Amino acid sequence: MSAATQGTAYRPSTGRRIQAWFANRFALIVAVFVLLYLFVPVAYTFVFSFNNYRKSNITWNPEGSPTLKHWQNPCGAPGVCDSLVKSLEIGAIATLAATVLGTLLAFALVRYKFVGRGTGNLLTFIPMATPEIVLGASLLTIFVQGFSNVGLRLGFWTIVIAHIMFCISFVVVTVKARLQSLDPRLEEAAQDLYAGPGSTFWKVTFPLVLPGIVGAAMLAFSLSFDDFIITNFVSGSETTFPKFVYVSYLRGIPAQANVIGFSMFVIAVLLVVLGQMIGNARKPK
Amino acid sequence: MSALAHIGAGQGAPAGPDTAKRGSWMPYLLLLPGMLWLIVFFVVPLVQLFTVSLQSKFPGYPGYYYRDLNFKNYWSALTEFAPHFGRSLLFAGLATFFAFCLAYPLAYAMAFKAGRWRGLMMICIIAPFFTSFILRTIAWRQILADEGPVAKTLNFLHVLPGGHITETWMAVVAGLTYNFLPFMVLPIYASLERADPRIIEAGGDLYANGFTTFRTVTLPMSMPGVLAGTLLTFIPAAGDYVNAELLGSDRSTKMVGNVIESQFFKVPGGYPTAAALSFTLMALILALVFVYVRKFGTEELL
Repeated sequence: MSAATQGTAYRPSTGRRIQAWFANRFALIVAVFVLLYLFVPVAYTFVFSFNNYRKSNITWNPEGSPTLKHWQNPCGAPGVCDSLVKSLEIGAIATLAATVLGTLLAFALVRYKFVGRGTGNLLTFIPMATPEIVLGASLLTIFVQGFSNVGLRLGFWTIVIAHIMFCISFVVVTVKARLQSLDPRLEEAAQDLYAGPGSTFWKVTFPLVLPGIVGAAMLAFSLSFDDFIITNFVSGSETTFPKFVYVSYLRGIPAQANVIGFSMFVIAVLLVVLGQMIGNARKPK
Repeated sequence: MSALAHIGAGQGAPAGPDTAKRGSWMPYLLLLPGMLWLIVFFVVPLVQLFTVSLQSKFPGYPGYYYRDLNFKNYWSALTEFAPHFGRSLLFAGLATFFAFCLAYPLAYAMAFKAGRWRGLMMICIIAPFFTSFILRTIAWRQILADEGPVAKTLNFLHVLPGGHITETWMAVVAGLTYNFLPFMVLPIYASLERADPRIIEAGGDLYANGFTTFRTVTLPMSMPGVLAGTLLTFIPAAGDYVNAELLGSDRSTKMVGNVIESQFFKVPGGYPTAAALSFTLMALILALVFVYVRKFGTEELL
């Protein structure tokens, strides 16, 4: 701390020096460690995708490891790719539907004053404050005791229905935040320039809200893709990727699941980086 | 406005003048499909779950119930499974606390110190989601196992009471903390990012020391984010059963989620008990949400 003691006229108090230290280094050091911590199991998953294991992929077998055989044949374990395809299909349908429904809700709740707005806000918020297990349990009871009478059986579509339901709230919240942060003067300016309500919306409002909608869709997809608890309740005999991993845990998870899990991680990172690059390129210089 | 709005609100000036319009049928048209979905697949199932929680067993026919107003289900479920309830709240509380301790410095560093690395840090926080959380939890089980590096080191130093991490509450709390950490980071980051750094500097200019500035300026400014993050971590952690199932033991670490799951799937005739437990959990959490939001004086919940 020589820099702090060299001046005689002004010497920062101990508290200020602690603050300077805290502000300059501590937070950043902790942040790096926390980020590393977040990656520990991902790295583990990656390493064990090269394991030449005999019975179950728990202990590292030095004989013949590392091996590329699981990467060369990622669908080699029975059912693993079917479950991945199911997860992707469910994620795509649920994301599309939840994004459309949630965006409409967000516009109504932010842009209009009407009787029932408070109730509307409450009803879109409460599913997010409900534990997944309660959502799963209640959906299972209604699917088994009510909707099976109209021919809806547990399986692919009950998973889709459940995912749309819990994704809507997150879409509403994300799009609402974006809508609320818009500068109303931009739309006023468009109207001052004689744009009608339709072209104001499509040329000004919608492009400004679009990043929020895209963000909401990405959030919805990642929530749907990684959901296990609700899915486990409403899936019947249908298997999604998280359910495949959970169910095969007792027998030993095939390394192909590690390959797929890590690949999804890489694909997600690449997509986000690509998205940011496109976003930066389109920004006016 | 929702207190949880901060999770998605990366950028944003404070909302301008209220631009809401009045008196048209348009909002109802926009609301109709989404609300219909939420009513049919959220409200109606909850009502059904509530009626199930009050059903009585058909004497002599295991697995059959009749419609009833049997509030005893709640009493017996809560007395029988009180330890599980207690554990859920305790583990979730601990996990929320630890997540806060880890998340705040990370969010702070991202908002004020990261500069151009901010985007990369954001990706680092979200990306692990895509390696299924079940896979990552199982990875933790192997890492924390008795023959794994962590337990070996701690045992070598003789600082691990009992000698095990997995199959104990420590592993369950660690797993909950890990899995829900991003839900704590993102809202805190969003609210810190919105804070004007000049206001924090002003604290220093007015001769507040670092800790005072942090306590009286920075922390209160990030309070909405802390609030949202706490709820987004506590709620899923309290209802979780995967971490207790994969990292905990069969006897002393089961949470209420495990009971609900096994009453539904493994215990014949367990539906009313499971429903009563689910309903109590939900009521408890909703009560907590409202008390919490009232206490911290944010009217942003709705």
